[in-house]
Amino acid sequence: MKLTKDEVQHVAELAKLQLSDAELDEYAGQLDQILAYAQQIQSVDTSAVPPTPQVLPLSNVLADDASRDSLSNDQAVDNAPDTDGGYFRVIAVFDESGA
Amino acid sequence: MTQEYNVVVGMEVHAQLLTNTKMFCRCSADYQGAPPNTHTCPVCLGLPGALPVSNRAAVEATIRTGLALNCEIAETAVFARKNYHYPDLPKGYQISQYELPLCRNGWVEIELPDGSVKRIRIHRAHLEEDTGKNTHAGLHTLVDLNRAGMPLLEVVTEADIASADEAYAFLTKLRSVLRYLGVNSGNMEEGALRCEPNISVRTPEQAARGELGAKVEVKNLNSLRAVRNAIAYEAERQAGVLNAGGVIEQVNMGWDEDRQRTVLQRSKESSEDYRYFPEPDLPPLVVDRQWVEETARTLPELPDAKEQRYRQDWSLRPADTGAITGEKAVADYFEAAVAAYGQEDGKPQRMANWITDELFRLLYADGEGQDLRQIAATRVQPQQLAALVQMVDARKINANTGKKVLELMYGSGDDPQTVVKREGLAMVSNTDVIDAAVQEAFDSNPDELARYRSGEKKLFGFFMGQMMRATKGKADPQAARQRLQEMLDG
Repeated sequence: MKLTKDEVQHVAELAKLQLSDAELDEYAGQLDQILAYAQQIQSVDTSAVPPTPQVLPLSNVLADDASRDSLSNDQAVDNAPDTDGGYFRVIAVFDESGA
Repeated sequence: MTQEYNVVVGMEVHAQLLTNTKMFCRCSADYQGAPPNTHTCPVCLGLPGALPVSNRAAVEATIRTGLALNCEIAETAVFARKNYHYPDLPKGYQISQYELPLCRNGWVEIELPDGSVKRIRIHRAHLEEDTGKNTHAGLHTLVDLNRAGMPLLEVVTEADIASADEAYAFLTKLRSVLRYLGVNSGNMEEGALRCEPNISVRTPEQAARGELGAKVEVKNLNSLRAVRNAIAYEAERQAGVLNAGGVIEQVNMGWDEDRQRTVLQRSKESSEDYRYFPEPDLPPLVVDRQWVEETARTLPELPDAKEQRYRQDWSLRPADTGAITGEKAVADYFEAAVAAYGQEDGKPQRMANWITDELFRLLYADGEGQDLRQIAATRVQPQQLAALVQMVDARKINANTGKKVLELMYGSGDDPQTVVKREGLAMVSNTDVIDAAVQEAFDSNPDELARYRSGEKKLFGFFMGQMMRATKGKADPQAARQRLQEMLDG
């Protein structure tokens, strides 16, 4: 299996990463190694093992529906790089088509 | 030649669950109208190291809804992360359910115009969290995370819906069930219930081969009517594109309510781009069968069951059963009124007529109008309406006067007996009074009387009207008709 540069570019875009051409080559190689390792694990016969989403011996950890105090607005936005009237403020987002 | 197309619709419905707290933290869910970012905590802000804990009430509401929608309830349900970037999603992923949702394979029945019943299959129903709210302001976007992390029930149908009207009927029924269960307000204007239909068209030949056209998802639908209009519009648009030799692209569209048309939004991401994986911070939900059975026992009688009971036990006309069972508040009112009035001799149907004709008219004309749930707050108690109809039955007042009395009761909350007495509306069956009224009608209209007596029998109705006017509508119509006939022929 060999990852293409386009595939690495696609994954990088999903993660909002800007990679240089050299980085794309470098990470393609590294990701290849990781996938090769996963492939090695996939060769183990797990047909008799149910999928395991969790390794902890826990289930139904549920809380009662009783409210507790929230953070104040000051606390909530305290770490934000930019705020406006109690809102978090970010650079305008538009749908990608611009529509 | 213009090709004919069939429309195929599947729906995704998001319903905000009526819990006290959010899905994975205990921030209060009562954030409507609150200042921005005042109902948040490290969990719903997506701060590092915060640990989500599922809301028991939301899980139970989902199981209840699944049962009411005839779904299989999973023995094991698992939360998953749906990864994408948007400012209203602080963690960079939404906690949802993917491979193992809580509910699968259900159905909802709708009635078609010809009276037949169609089953719309439910593919799945699962729990997830809502996003925050973006407000676009020029070069910036303002983000309020009060809504972030609110519990959402997502219901996904199979592509069983074949018209805009079927979609309308389905959503109406689903909303009714959610309200009966008390799990959702059903308020589409405020976004507590959101519907995203995906719409495609295909030729009958494609349908025969089991092929589907490219589907278009439509968002921004804030009312049942908008859903119906958007589907009708989109089906016609797609047929037009195909007939002009064009191709339908799989895209997202938004509904423009002002212009009554769909407009293009961003291109649709394919599902693998979300890179779902199991949520490591939340242990699975294991729903043992005892939990399911106990939950099933808490379900109220649902609209379909009520409708059937009204038809079978009380011989109610189908047109009325739907009108009454659609809102639980109306059904509750109707049943209380029938309990006071009686179940024998077609009485439930008579009561249904009074409610759907007269009381609905008053409700629609009142205040906000349109929302029949106002019936729960009307001043006319069900027992008072029953007493009014009993007075009409006993011919203490005639039916037209009864309508007037109801109007006065609606304004004042008084008993019908009080209103009738105060307004002097008791029915007149005293022969002397009726005879005097008939005579008055004759004296004022000698020409009509002569024409009647020379054979123009259709003037009977005219004299009846004159006579009723002379008694201010209070005459006992039966006695009046009889005396009028005798005196005309006499």
